[in-house]
Amino acid sequence: MSKNLNINVKHITRVEGHGNIVVNATDGKIEKIQWQVPEAPRFFEAMVRGRSYDDIQTIVSRICGICSITHSLAATKAVEDALDIEVSEQTDLLRILMHYSEQLQSHVLHIGYLAAPDFFGVKSVVQLVGIAKDAVLTIVKAHRVANQWSDLLAGRTTHPNTITPGGFTKIPTEKELKDLQATLKETIGDLTTIANVVLSVAENVPAFERDTEYVSLTHPDGYTFYHGDITSNDCNGKAVSIDKWQSVANEYMNPQSTAKWTKWHRDSYACGALARLNNNFEQLTDTSKSVAGMFGLKKGCCNPYLNTIAQLVECVQVVESGIQIIDKLLTTGLKAEKISVKPKAGKGNGCVEAPRGILFHQYEFDDNGNCVAADICIPTNQNHANIQKDFEKLVPEFIDEGEDAVKLKMEMLVRSYDPCISCSTHMLNVKFVR
Amino acid sequence: MSKPRVAIFDFACCEGCQLQIVNLEEEILDLLGVADVVEWREAMSEQSHDYDIAIIEGSITRPEDEEKIQIIRSRAKILVALGACATIGGINKLKNNFDLDDVKKCVYKEDADMPHLETAMTKAVDEVVKVDYKIHGCPIDKKEFAYVVKCLLLGKKPEIPEYPVCVECKAQGNICVWERGQICLGPITRAGCGSRCPSVGFRCFGCRGYIDKPNVTAAKDVIEKYGLTVEDLKSKMVLFGSAQGPTNE
Repeated sequence: MSKNLNINVKHITRVEGHGNIVVNATDGKIEKIQWQVPEAPRFFEAMVRGRSYDDIQTIVSRICGICSITHSLAATKAVEDALDIEVSEQTDLLRILMHYSEQLQSHVLHIGYLAAPDFFGVKSVVQLVGIAKDAVLTIVKAHRVANQWSDLLAGRTTHPNTITPGGFTKIPTEKELKDLQATLKETIGDLTTIANVVLSVAENVPAFERDTEYVSLTHPDGYTFYHGDITSNDCNGKAVSIDKWQSVANEYMNPQSTAKWTKWHRDSYACGALARLNNNFEQLTDTSKSVAGMFGLKKGCCNPYLNTIAQLVECVQVVESGIQIIDKLLTTGLKAEKISVKPKAGKGNGCVEAPRGILFHQYEFDDNGNCVAADICIPTNQNHANIQKDFEKLVPEFIDEGEDAVKLKMEMLVRSYDPCISCSTHMLNVKFVR
Repeated sequence: MSKPRVAIFDFACCEGCQLQIVNLEEEILDLLGVADVVEWREAMSEQSHDYDIAIIEGSITRPEDEEKIQIIRSRAKILVALGACATIGGINKLKNNFDLDDVKKCVYKEDADMPHLETAMTKAVDEVVKVDYKIHGCPIDKKEFAYVVKCLLLGKKPEIPEYPVCVECKAQGNICVWERGQICLGPITRAGCGSRCPSVGFRCFGCRGYIDKPNVTAAKDVIEKYGLTVEDLKSKMVLFGSAQGPTNE
């Protein structure tokens, strides 16, 4: 087979945002491999300056339509840190419950609508309806459950309008929580069905490994998306407090990209479901572990394509954890809380796990609670350098399979990271140049 | 009659409005029965230059994107602006309140002059090309999307409210947000959202844009009644209303 490659994918499809892939190889000699991010920059950190502390989450949720709840929560935690606002246990639990809904929504969307067509060898979920209609309908059902879950806690599915510094503008009723819990119990069965469908095509997941640093939150009390410190497999168990996040991300500009890139202990690191699973595997629920077991997914996995499978495991994890939180809330009983916030000067950090990886927000406010500076570091940005490094190992490994196979593997690799490029503003096309 | 060919494109935005289309769940399959989606980068790998209806999400923030939208306009018979970024410039217009060099330096520091980081003043789609239909909101309401698309396929003009959010909010029996001491843009913002934010206790921040003829006098009366100033109101209007409509009055 020809060892020439000329891949030029402008604006890779079935990802959120714009990215290009460029590869040139002649007679097996690789001249260029690039992951490019041409997304139009949107300048959120500049735009929030001068805005009131209680408008920040409304503005920055618009960084990303898919992880808007995550952005709102990270921002709100940072505002609360800056203004020394303590929230009640009830608020904390309701926010974690809300955050789980977005993990499920985003993961199901990625597994079912964006990644699955590759496993089945079709171009979109529309074609997938033709060959696996029941599976698609189960995915649609799980997606709808996630959205109803978000609606109940966040006011709506995208761009939450119940989150406010200090607490909630509206909380659900106990009856609504009970109904949600009943729905979630049914959803476990649907997720198992989806896992079996994915397992039936799992042989189409490429066998590719690269030793990688995986970065995520970690917390002694459980598998975390919301609280905790920053850790990686290079940390030797010494997690870093979230207010030191800039020393973890070490952001830098790369001419290939309007998105900033990051590195910690190595030239690149990965974040997302696989990172969380690698760092916190022991804390998964038994059912989640058994889904991981179906695919042979274990702690220490460094096949980036299995991030999609790690997301599947996390779907079960968040649904089961959600059921437990509702039990806790119902045992205590819900009560209306009065929010009182006094603006003051201060600087604060907020760190939560977006579905696609760890997310950092930092804001500084003046005496009137108006924002004077912001710094935001998004998970997709933290994965860009790692995608580039994966490409550099992947292309020579699979060059014998020819251009079409390499191109597909590269596109699938990018999708497996579930990038959110408009989020990262600061992302992806595939080019092979002969 | 052959099915109309539909293409969906995104510019600077969060892609949350496309997500509302996905959130139609099974109903999308019904829409696919009456229209052929020929290009939708976020959801499918197929691409096409041959389409009747172009749906545009996002605002125009770079000269290269102005050229791209003009090409799309020249190919499409009908062009639909989807969501606040496309209809009014949305949150991206906050940028226009600053000097653009300052905005670039603020985010990219010493790398601000890299050529690929070039940016221009944010424009709504109709500031660059003719827009035939607007689906308002941040994000759009999926039911309104399905309604507008159905009208469009039937050749009917969709009826979009020309009255303020207050009308829907009152009908729902909500306590006025102003009564809770917050500045709410309900009196001047286009209804059609079912007063989604005030109904969960959150202030309206104007994501559907202002009605064409807002009752400015009545809005000023409300401001006075609650002991606030026009400046206080304007400070909340910049979120989605920078440099549009009644911010100048």
